[in-house]
Amino acid sequence: MKTIQTKKIIDTVAEMCIEANTFLSEDMLESLRTAESSEESENGKEILKTMLDNFEVAKRRTIPICQDTGMVVMFVSFGQDLMIADGSLEDALQAGVAKGYEEGYLRKSVVADPFIRTNTNNNTPAVIHYKVVPGDQLKIKILPKGFGSENTSALKMLKPSDGMAGVRDFVIKTVEAGSPNACAPIVVGVGVGGTMEKAALMAKEALGRPLWMRNPLDHVAALEDYLLEACNNLGIGPMGLGGVNTVLGVNVEVFPTHIAGLPVAVNISCYVNRHVEREL
Amino acid sequence: MTVINIKTPMSKEDRKKLKAGDHVQISGTIYTGRDAAHKRMIEALKKGSPLPVDFTDQLIYYVGPSPAKPGEIIGSAGPTTSGRMDAYTPELLEKGLGGMIGKGNRSEKVINSMMNHAAIYFGCVGGAGALLQSCIKSVEILAYEDLGTEAIRKIEVENFPAIVVIDTQGNNLYETERKKYLK
Repeated sequence: MKTIQTKKIIDTVAEMCIEANTFLSEDMLESLRTAESSEESENGKEILKTMLDNFEVAKRRTIPICQDTGMVVMFVSFGQDLMIADGSLEDALQAGVAKGYEEGYLRKSVVADPFIRTNTNNNTPAVIHYKVVPGDQLKIKILPKGFGSENTSALKMLKPSDGMAGVRDFVIKTVEAGSPNACAPIVVGVGVGGTMEKAALMAKEALGRPLWMRNPLDHVAALEDYLLEACNNLGIGPMGLGGVNTVLGVNVEVFPTHIAGLPVAVNISCYVNRHVEREL
Repeated sequence: MTVINIKTPMSKEDRKKLKAGDHVQISGTIYTGRDAAHKRMIEALKKGSPLPVDFTDQLIYYVGPSPAKPGEIIGSAGPTTSGRMDAYTPELLEKGLGGMIGKGNRSEKVINSMMNHAAIYFGCVGGAGALLQSCIKSVEILAYEDLGTEAIRKIEVENFPAIVVIDTQGNNLYETERKKYLK
């Protein structure tokens, strides 16, 4: 049976937190370059150029791309034939976040209680979602989530009669209201179906899907294309100061749902859309 | 593109010269403050206590920087969403605050108060924390040190790039620019 030491998990998670906050992923970089060349607004073009320059500075000096280094969201796939030695998996994952945020000079943005609001000073706890899968692999995906964009996200329990049109309308209205504050051009994760929390979870997971990858279901891929075009026709543009690039990508995930329901969740990410994945 | 160089503090006359859409570079002293510091300042005013800073003709930058690496004075330092400060801003404008630097739209109440006091709102590029950091030449914690990243800092900036988003007349780029590209 394969065994992984907790120390290895801690070190890996720490590295991933620093990497995600300092280096831009390839899919985001490519998408922003395309946006810069297609942008029609002078302000928008200038803003996109500044964003691209900022990535270079962050990379060269290994400092965070953005000061809001987020609350860490983690998706963990745990192979059922795998053993963890020297402690608990949860403790190791949380310790990795604390180590990464300290050693990487990343901002600690987590408060211990939503009402009392005292900083935990190590950016834990992270929000961790586990999935037990066949095999002996440990797959970790990290999405440090900034709250300028998180705050513009929304969920609604639609009626089945609202259908595809209702989902389109809700996504577009959410993007329209939120994108000037969310550091557009944004990435839009949408979860449709399941239950209330399943829809929200799918929306979050959708943000981590590479932008060049479409949903394998034809009608869902068509919805993604429709939403991308409709959102970019809103005119909101980079940082909300006008232009044709409001949204870089729309990723939609679906799940079976109840005869009486049509839950839809929209999770918004800024143009950095940090996501890093590793397998141990 | 023309860039206007401005120095802080900014008198009412200086502020009135700027128009929504102007690209500027700000040099001089500015003050940082965001959610927790604003809440505390407004609580101080309610108790009749003085503000930790005389904001007359000064600019507040909505930022919570990341920690400084060894040998540096500050970490990444880009703007945070201004709308969260809307509940507090009119009272600071009453106290003479000349303007704000942040990102995102402002409420109607804030814009009306800005027009009454000839205040100005600058936007800078969200997420560009690494780039904006290089414009910051000195940092001093002035108040509320216990708030960590949210403490009020006095910072000296040089050629800090920003765009006038809402001017003293209430002209608002979020409204005017979008219309040009709406399909």
